[in-house]
Amino acid sequence: MSQLEIKDLHVAIGDKSIVKGFSLTIRSGEVHAIMGPNGTGKSTLAKAVAGHPDYTITSGDVLLNGASILAQEADERARSGLFLAFQYPSEIPGVSIANFLRAAVQARLAEGEELDATAYYKRLYAKMDLLKIDRKFTSRSVNDGFSGGEKKRCEILQMAMLEPKFALMDETDSGLDIDALRIVADGVNALRGGPSAPGILLITHYQRLLDHIVPDHVHVMWDGRIVKSGDKSLALELEAKGYDWVKKEFAAA
Amino acid sequence: MSASTLIETKSPVGSFTSEAFAAHLASQANSPAWWLDRKRAAYETFASLPLPSRTNESWRFSTLAGLTLDGFTTDVDFIKEQITASEARISALELKAKGGQMGASFFSNIPHGGPLVTPLELASRGVIFTTLSEAVIKHEDLLKAHFMAQPQKLGSEKFAALHTAFVHDGVFLYVPRGVEIPDPIVILHRATGRMAVFPHTLVIAEENAKVTVCESFDSTGSASNFACGANDLYAGPGAQLTYVAAQNWSRDTLSFQFNSTVVRRDARVRSLNLHLGARQARHESLSLLQGTGAFSEMLALTVAEGAQEFDQRTLQIHQAPNTKSDLLYKNALRDQSKTIFSGLIVVDPDAQKTDAYQSNRNLMLSDDAEANSLPGLEIQANDVRCTHGATSSRIDPEQEFYLQSRGIAKPDADELLTFGFFEEVLSRLDNEPLHDALRGLIGTKFQR
Ligand SMILES: Nc1ncnc2c1ncn2[C@@H]1O[C@H](COP(=O)(O)OP(=O)(O)OP(=O)(O)O)[C@@H](O)[C@H]1O
Ligand SMILES: [Mg+2]
Repeated sequence: MSQLEIKDLHVAIGDKSIVKGFSLTIRSGEVHAIMGPNGTGKSTLAKAVAGHPDYTITSGDVLLNGASILAQEADERARSGLFLAFQYPSEIPGVSIANFLRAAVQARLAEGEELDATAYYKRLYAKMDLLKIDRKFTSRSVNDGFSGGEKKRCEILQMAMLEPKFALMDETDSGLDIDALRIVADGVNALRGGPSAPGILLITHYQRLLDHIVPDHVHVMWDGRIVKSGDKSLALELEAKGYDWVKKEFAAA
Repeated sequence: MSASTLIETKSPVGSFTSEAFAAHLASQANSPAWWLDRKRAAYETFASLPLPSRTNESWRFSTLAGLTLDGFTTDVDFIKEQITASEARISALELKAKGGQMGASFFSNIPHGGPLVTPLELASRGVIFTTLSEAVIKHEDLLKAHFMAQPQKLGSEKFAALHTAFVHDGVFLYVPRGVEIPDPIVILHRATGRMAVFPHTLVIAEENAKVTVCESFDSTGSASNFACGANDLYAGPGAQLTYVAAQNWSRDTLSFQFNSTVVRRDARVRSLNLHLGARQARHESLSLLQGTGAFSEMLALTVAEGAQEFDQRTLQIHQAPNTKSDLLYKNALRDQSKTIFSGLIVVDPDAQKTDAYQSNRNLMLSDDAEANSLPGLEIQANDVRCTHGATSSRIDPEQEFYLQSRGIAKPDADELLTFGFFEEVLSRLDNEPLHDALRGLIGTKFQR
């Protein structure tokens, strides 16, 4: 059982304060959905936790199993078990999916340990089949010229290969068609039911994803912090009423 | 006394004195008179020309202080003793590993590992694969027509003359009309000790012939070497010639390499030079597009690190209508390294419908590295398409973060991104094993 604790986190980009006192604890196997209007700092939160160098953590802490990870670079955090599925994944021309994932898997091996290439490809192909990604994609450049949905599926493929302890999934549902959404959700649910189920932070705008990946908790983020938390019914309420009532309720408090 | 010392240190011949040249000529006693005369004339040219000076535009940005000609030997006998049996074995193995059924290897100028063998089937169709020293005896006309036959226009008249004067041996490949050689021909050159080396490769692909030649240049140990090599490529009408070279001399080497490529009607030449080694390496490449439909693809990849300097000068001369040239030189620079790219496209007055492209792209992996670009055009025809450009960029921090967020450490991420940057060039090679071999060589520069 692992635990990711985000404690009163404040994040600034340059001198602009974006995340303003965000606190949340996620345990293995839990799914926390975060919803909130555009520009409230959801992606900033996710990238800051993942270790983006441009995002300054002005106060607060992020603890993985009780130990702060803030001094670690992004790659160390990833190797400690953190995974960020990007809202806008980078395109990397000239670097094939196969070589990229191989480097990521290799990075997790002990010093001097050699990657078993046959086993690696076997595992990669199995995951690709599961996510219904054409095997031809292995030789394509990472996200280069991918459709929006292909990029998101590729993010899930990486997550499936790297088996993180905690996944921050930033609008993985946007750009997915109905079938792809189901495939992705099945992929996530498979991990969820597995022996080493990750803790998941699911950033989304839409209830339809939450129909497939049913969250344990739903949080509303507004102006850089959580202003309301509830169970899955909160998402339905938001879908019906929009964010205005949350804002009013929050402003009144 | 002090005055004469001064003159000596300023001597433009360095170790390549007239005594050294006389000794070299003596070692070439079996060669015909015309060849020796040619060498004598070249030595005269070499000795009479000054070293490049600051005011010389074709040496702009080059570190002239690095062009030292002192401290090397040209005594072949001296080196013969140094070639150990174990080195001989290594070389034979490498050749096999590289898959060449035809190949040659040279240790400090000397052909090595047995005579050059032309498979019977190819020999019967007129293919000649032999040493330069034998070719000057047996194939005088071809040598006269093609050996260092193009004008040296890129600044190294002196060093090209030095090459001709001291060239000891090399490879001569003649592929007659219509003959296609499926497997790449592999040529290895290894420098050892303080021996000055003068590798030479001459490839003549006659009408509709097809051949791939791969050359590799390296050193035993880390000794300071002096390399002054040349390759002459000739593609007759409709011929297809692929030339791949990997320069990986020791880090203390001063290297010069001169290429001339002649492309006749409807012929196609693709050359890819990989630059990894040497302290200071000057590479001059000339493509002459001489017949309608001729196409020269000029590719280069460089990984510069430490205090290395790679100095690349190119000339694309379109002499006939409807010709095409496509140059793409990519440099990755680390540490305090330096690169220079100076390229010129020349379109002669009657070379209408020329399609010429020239691009130099630099990936700056360090703030202390220096990439200089001097692209140029000289167009005398009015109906042409010529594009040129140079860019320098850094690693995209978002791409780097993306890779790091997958657990890949920054140096590995940068290596991956450098390979990504190079892929545009590497992917032009349709030979998969060759592509992999080059990737492997590039990878050695990132070993930590
Ligand atoms: N590099 C940056 N420089 C300046 N401002 C930035 C930068 N990146 C994000 N911001 C700002 O920070 C705020 C939060 O952005 P963020 O991307 O975190 O929002 P979000 O909640 O993920 O929105 P969405 O739902 O649209 O994805 C926005 O106002 C955005 O314009
Ligand atoms: Mg966002």
